Amino acid sequence: MEKRTSDKTCVIIGASHAGANCVMELRKQGWQGRIILIDADAHIPYHRPPLSKAYLSMDDGADFNPLFDKERYREEDITLKLGHTVTSVDSGSRSIILDDGTSISYDALVLATGASALIPPIEGLSACDKVRVLRNAADAKAIQSDFKAAKNKRVVVIGGGYIGLETAASLKKMGGDVRVLEREERILARVAPRELAQFFQKLHTENGVRIHTGVSVRKVRETSEGITVICTDGSTYKADFILVGTGVRPNVFLAEQMGADLENGIKVNDQLQTAVEGVWAIGDVAQFYHPRYKKWMRLESVQNAVDQAKVVASNITGSPKVYDALPWFWSDQFHVKLQMVGLSAGYTDLVVRTETDREDCFSIWYFKNNELLAVDAVNNGKAFVLGTKFVKNKTLVDKKKLGDSTIPFKPNVLMKKESNVD
Amino acid sequence: MAKITYITKSGETFEYEATSGNLMELAVKNKVPGIDGDCGGVCSCATCHVHVAPEFYGKLDAPSEIESDMLEFDDNVSEYSRLCCQIPVSDLVDGIKVEVAN
Repeated sequence: MEKRTSDKTCVIIGASHAGANCVMELRKQGWQGRIILIDADAHIPYHRPPLSKAYLSMDDGADFNPLFDKERYREEDITLKLGHTVTSVDSGSRSIILDDGTSISYDALVLATGASALIPPIEGLSACDKVRVLRNAADAKAIQSDFKAAKNKRVVVIGGGYIGLETAASLKKMGGDVRVLEREERILARVAPRELAQFFQKLHTENGVRIHTGVSVRKVRETSEGITVICTDGSTYKADFILVGTGVRPNVFLAEQMGADLENGIKVNDQLQTAVEGVWAIGDVAQFYHPRYKKWMRLESVQNAVDQAKVVASNITGSPKVYDALPWFWSDQFHVKLQMVGLSAGYTDLVVRTETDREDCFSIWYFKNNELLAVDAVNNGKAFVLGTKFVKNKTLVDKKKLGDSTIPFKPNVLMKKESNVD
Repeated sequence: MAKITYITKSGETFEYEATSGNLMELAVKNKVPGIDGDCGGVCSCATCHVHVAPEFYGKLDAPSEIESDMLEFDDNVSEYSRLCCQIPVSDLVDGIKVEVAN
């Protein structure tokens, strides 16, 4: 291995999936110099998806599932600065300053600063001290302790997106009296088609979560009796605490200080480089150009964080790579596993494939004319894995056969033969 | 205490002893090539696919429906395929050998 980086320092700000994987990848790909990983969160970097699921019902004292063991950071000679925030950056002198006054010089800087939950401007909401969001371990702990302390276990979730619904399902399973208030006419309005939203609405309703759509919260009032959530249609709901899941705002403060290009996140080129020399951005915070889709986007997912970490490490260690990974996501709610691959935006038609021999097992296939864009698979790992292959390889799919449950779900059956092309 | 052996695509052998966790976590911890475990062990990503030595395959609890589904169309699937995040470390698997599938 070349030693050309041995006297250099790479600083990574943000130690979640993107940042923690980035430091490990840097070593794997031959970075010989110093690596410093910084995060305001004092925990050893941990898996985030279980925050809205298993972590909520976790015993006191149990630990969050680490991305890598503490020993691994030692073995790889990674300096951890956990529990510290970066107060300022100077891209001219290539240095950062921590909250304890320490100044650190860098040769390469990776911003993996993620995103923060948005609190909508609703009267009384930010003043209420029983309002929670769910982004990190401290948030999960706070929800857990509010839930334990809640006399009537009444929870109002504002926002029917994935975070809101996953948390609603978990709190319901823990015995909560859970209500979800969604401003749009249906849940998952921005992220899923009607077919999928209807399925999840039914799933939650059957499991005792009350979902109210087309309902805007006007005001939140807190008294000694508890919290009252007042909606614009006059309906009111009592709550012991509120969970807000209404989207996020990328954490661009440091990038802004350096004069990086910003536009719903930190703008990076196809190699994940910002406009500032020596500075890169990855994960939830990065607004990147995806060559596959020929458009700019920002993705909030484990896949995006992990795959961008690998690409940025390769670019920093001198083997240029373009980021063009196929996006995939998952969500677990009650007994349902939803797995999604590709991006469905811009689809012209969709095919719903139902496996009639199984309960709650189906998949939604999105097409732009004949091109398969994306697949959402519900309790259907087969559709997820096969859909991934088909999307990746741009396989032509026979839509008629796909939509017919009596036709076996097999790759060679579903692939369109050239002679059959309409 | 269970002894676990991983054989990678390139034929390298990795041997470890463990008392808890699962075979994916143990492999990730020790940087066994070809096992990523991106989803953290919830059977969502299929990046921990292994072939279990036949004499051990039958000793394991049968795979869940979602695991079998994930494996059916995965690359290099065999009748001894498993997602190793679903194989807990226990005395039952002491001496097990698994080949990394991808």
